[in-house]
Amino acid sequence: MENNHLTEEHNDGHVAEAHHPSYGINILVWIGLLSLTAITVAVAGINLGSLALTVALVIALVKSMFVINFFMHLKFDNKVFKIFLGICMLTFIVVLILTFFDLTFRN
Amino acid sequence: MANGTIAVSPHTAEVDFYNVRTKHKGILSWLLTIDHKRIGIMYLFAVVFFFLVAMTIGVFMRLEMLTPGETIMKPQTYNSLFTLHGVIMIFLFIIPAVPAVFGNFFLPIQLGAQDVQFPKLNLLSWYLYVIGAVLALTSLFSGGGIMDTGWTFYVPYSIRTTTNVSLSVFAAFVLGFATILTGLNFITTIHRLRCPGMTWFRMPLFAWALYATSWIQVLATPVIGITLILIILERAFGIGIFDPALGGDPLLYQHMFWIYSHPAVYIMILPAMGVVSEIIPTFSKKAIFGYVPIAISSLGIALVGYLVWGHHMFSSGISDTSRVIFSLLTFFVALPSGIKIFNWVATMYKGSIEVTAPMLYVLLFIFIFSIGGLTGLSLGALNTDLHLTDTYFVVAHFHYVMFGGMGIIFFAALHYWFPKMFGKMYNEKVAKTAAIWIGIGFNMLYFPMFIMGYLGQPRRYYDYLPEFQKYHIFSTVGSWVLVSGILIMYINLAIALKRGKKAPDNPWGGTTLEWKTSSPPIMENFKEIPTVTTGPYDHSNMESQEVKK
Repeated sequence: MENNHLTEEHNDGHVAEAHHPSYGINILVWIGLLSLTAITVAVAGINLGSLALTVALVIALVKSMFVINFFMHLKFDNKVFKIFLGICMLTFIVVLILTFFDLTFRN
Repeated sequence: MANGTIAVSPHTAEVDFYNVRTKHKGILSWLLTIDHKRIGIMYLFAVVFFFLVAMTIGVFMRLEMLTPGETIMKPQTYNSLFTLHGVIMIFLFIIPAVPAVFGNFFLPIQLGAQDVQFPKLNLLSWYLYVIGAVLALTSLFSGGGIMDTGWTFYVPYSIRTTTNVSLSVFAAFVLGFATILTGLNFITTIHRLRCPGMTWFRMPLFAWALYATSWIQVLATPVIGITLILIILERAFGIGIFDPALGGDPLLYQHMFWIYSHPAVYIMILPAMGVVSEIIPTFSKKAIFGYVPIAISSLGIALVGYLVWGHHMFSSGISDTSRVIFSLLTFFVALPSGIKIFNWVATMYKGSIEVTAPMLYVLLFIFIFSIGGLTGLSLGALNTDLHLTDTYFVVAHFHYVMFGGMGIIFFAALHYWFPKMFGKMYNEKVAKTAAIWIGIGFNMLYFPMFIMGYLGQPRRYYDYLPEFQKYHIFSTVGSWVLVSGILIMYINLAIALKRGKKAPDNPWGGTTLEWKTSSPPIMENFKEIPTVTTGPYDHSNMESQEVKK
């Protein structure tokens, strides 16, 4: 069923679809991801104590930002999707903090 | 509120969606439909069926509690029945009922759209719901039999019990997907398909409530999906995530379970609050008091409600620091809820109140939900919670909030929108009698549980000390009153469905867009796509029409 009465947000969404990263950028991002994976493996071999988890999560966060922005085209997309992702990320971080907060202070 | 601008297909413009010619005939025209209204109706019959099943189980549970010791069943049967009652009510009725039935049917119409953004995904959601339900039912008769963990599936017991936990939690996992897809569909629909002129703050408050709910559905449900899969892996392979014997952390399970299941409480209640915000202005003949605060408070409840899960774990062994933080956050969630209650009552103030059946249910809701909400504060406070945890007080509070909140409003919504959905009017007098009967039965059934809990009666026990019997007898008799009220209500609606008088397009004098189309609506909802020029609860035109009459 075709809806022919869309709001302005819908029109904005189409403009962004014209922009795609070039093959060169995609390959660069891919190399970056491989490098970060290698760093993750290397860091896992170093005894960082309680920081190990934080370091692994930060690297994973950077990797996921590359994937989301370039491979999933968020960088070139409508602002509303960036806000959506921001809400999800914020929720995730808050949930993570509250859960691990308990672990830190538990007897 | 609206005038027509864009015409829709002329061949479907005159025929209601039940009778319109479709590609498929008979039962296939339902099973393969992508029309949001038909999908809403299919959800309606499914959730009502499961509600009646779980209600019957509840009646048997109450019968067992009529006398101390064994009355009609063995302890293991009782354990399985309270689990079954909880799982069916929560996952198959309370969570999907209002969004999946009334959200599906009315959200696109209230926005002036022809359907949801992804109609095929909408049908897939219904199928996932049905598959999840079938899996849940299969689990009763296969494996080690009906699970006995309670609806919370707490570890380590859920890992060790020989009952059929794996299939049951997998059923809940599948049901979760139905919820996520519905949430995704509604968020996109609200962003993309609002008709011309319908700005965010001209949306009906039911749409706002669904918007907030959908965000919780999308953000929280995946967490329970992962958690339930981890239980299955733990049972099958002993991976040691939750099992303390393998170095796992059972409190981590409780965190993950409640990270979903507390927001799920708001998935259950927020759409119901949206329905209240629709019914009160209609039957008070007034614009809602404080439209923007109510709209924002829905988001506020969704936001703060996401952060309070730890209050289910006060006595589980979480850190003192966490307990203080979660207790404080719990008290914050009372603020947006209080804003809503205040604004609803303020809307009625000096209104021209018409006490119809839907309005009667709403008034009942305000009374019951206020008790439910305020008793929640006793459980949110650390000191009183330690005394009341795992007692009947919790059972009473939960039912006052969930059944008194969502369940009663499901009945209200059913009566409010029944003429629009089916094009038939029901017997108002019988409907009101049923509502009063339900109100009396509800309070007889659940109020003694507050007293029993306060006196120390633990929940989920099939036996009790003799001094509690008088409360249990009163409560069990209350269950009979409540059930008879519910049956009267459904029979009245069933009779209306068969031979009710034809409903006019706007029987209640409502101002939102669903009352601007025919009863039942045509296939594409409107003959012409509406253009909105005012807020959703503008009764000024309605008043002038009344004067003309």
